[in-house]
Amino acid sequence: MNSAFYTNSLRFIILVMVQVLICNHINFLGYINPYPYILFIALYPIKNNRMTLMFLSFLIGLTIDLFQDSGGIHAAASVFIAYARPLALKNAFGTLYEYQTIKFENVDYSSKIMYITLLTIAHHVILFSLEIFSATKIILILQKALFSSIFTILLCIISLIIFGKKTK
Amino acid sequence: MQQIINFIIRNKTFLFFLLLFSISILFTIQSHSYHKSKFINSANFLTGGVYNSLNSISEYFNLKYQNDLLVEENNRLKSLLYNSESQIDSVFTDSIKNVLYKFTAANIIRNTYTSTDNILLINKGEKDSIQQDFGVITNLGIVGIIDHTSKNYATTISVLNTTSKISAQLKKSNHFGTLTWNGKDPALAQLIDIPKIAPVIKGDTIVTSGRSSIFPEGIPVGTVDNFKLDLAENYYEIDVKLFNDMTNLEHVYIIENVDAKEINNLINEN
Repeated sequence: MNSAFYTNSLRFIILVMVQVLICNHINFLGYINPYPYILFIALYPIKNNRMTLMFLSFLIGLTIDLFQDSGGIHAAASVFIAYARPLALKNAFGTLYEYQTIKFENVDYSSKIMYITLLTIAHHVILFSLEIFSATKIILILQKALFSSIFTILLCIISLIIFGKKTK
Repeated sequence: MQQIINFIIRNKTFLFFLLLFSISILFTIQSHSYHKSKFINSANFLTGGVYNSLNSISEYFNLKYQNDLLVEENNRLKSLLYNSESQIDSVFTDSIKNVLYKFTAANIIRNTYTSTDNILLINKGEKDSIQQDFGVITNLGIVGIIDHTSKNYATTISVLNTTSKISAQLKKSNHFGTLTWNGKDPALAQLIDIPKIAPVIKGDTIVTSGRSSIFPEGIPVGTVDNFKLDLAENYYEIDVKLFNDMTNLEHVYIIENVDAKEINNLINEN
């Protein structure tokens, strides 16, 4: 068991706790909540096995669902972005990704923001489509996804700036 | 055969994704149908424990407001008790035979009102003989219906849940309909299927109808905020302003209908 294992386990527990105890109760303007737990999926080491990442994403989503009584919506959205992560990596980091040399601490902020934005929007659109589960309310789905995305992206970037140095 | 195995090995990531994704979708679909989400609910040891300890801290912030509410309710009950015409002689009443509804006090340890299917968690469970389909109210009005129970906790389908359907009626005229929620405003629920002939006026009181075995008749729900005819123009669709502030709940009462089993057995036989 190496240090990466401990870092990721700790990150898993802390992010679930932050999500469940704080972020689910913000209700900004009545209904807007951030979902910063997707940082776990975003920051998971790139060289590790994709199947492990997908399983861990499923687990973190299911844990959030358990707390929220929301069936499997977080699990589904998390598994999806875990599967689609290479696509987001390629779009955001370009050639850096193809040579497998990305260190999240070293890349510049513009590509980091791009990467987080892609993952967040994909996650939130699936999350709210499954939560509302009705094609007639598509406006409500997009509205919720958009506003929550802005909140989540801001929170993710801020926590990356604050905690980024220490995890090196 | 070799080719099938090769195919599986080649696409193992995608197949694994499909597997996990379909499991999640299955859970989601289950959670959208009434009373069917068997596996994923927060009435368990882990989530109940976490929410309970969180609530034991956060309840202090609301203490004054909740105390005021309880004093107000005590005050109302006292005035009912001492002003009632018929004095009940406690010596001659048979306290066993005439109990129709049993009440249990409980606390809400997790409240949600932002999603479209809101579920509350309360700190009483099977240990306090709470079971599925018991009603949950406050002194102001209805809150929801018990869904899942564990040893110490129970989840409640809130009135603010798109799958919730509660029978309610106009207080003055017995015309009854179904109380639902459209997922938008946590202060407004929708009462549908009220016949066009019913005399509806803004400000009318809506109460539970007592037509189901869950709630007794006459528990307050809310007042008529707005109403219009539905698409077919045969029934009213009424926006009901709930008496309860669903965003600020703490002390609730769980109602058990003692005859519920008998009533449901009779209905199922037909």
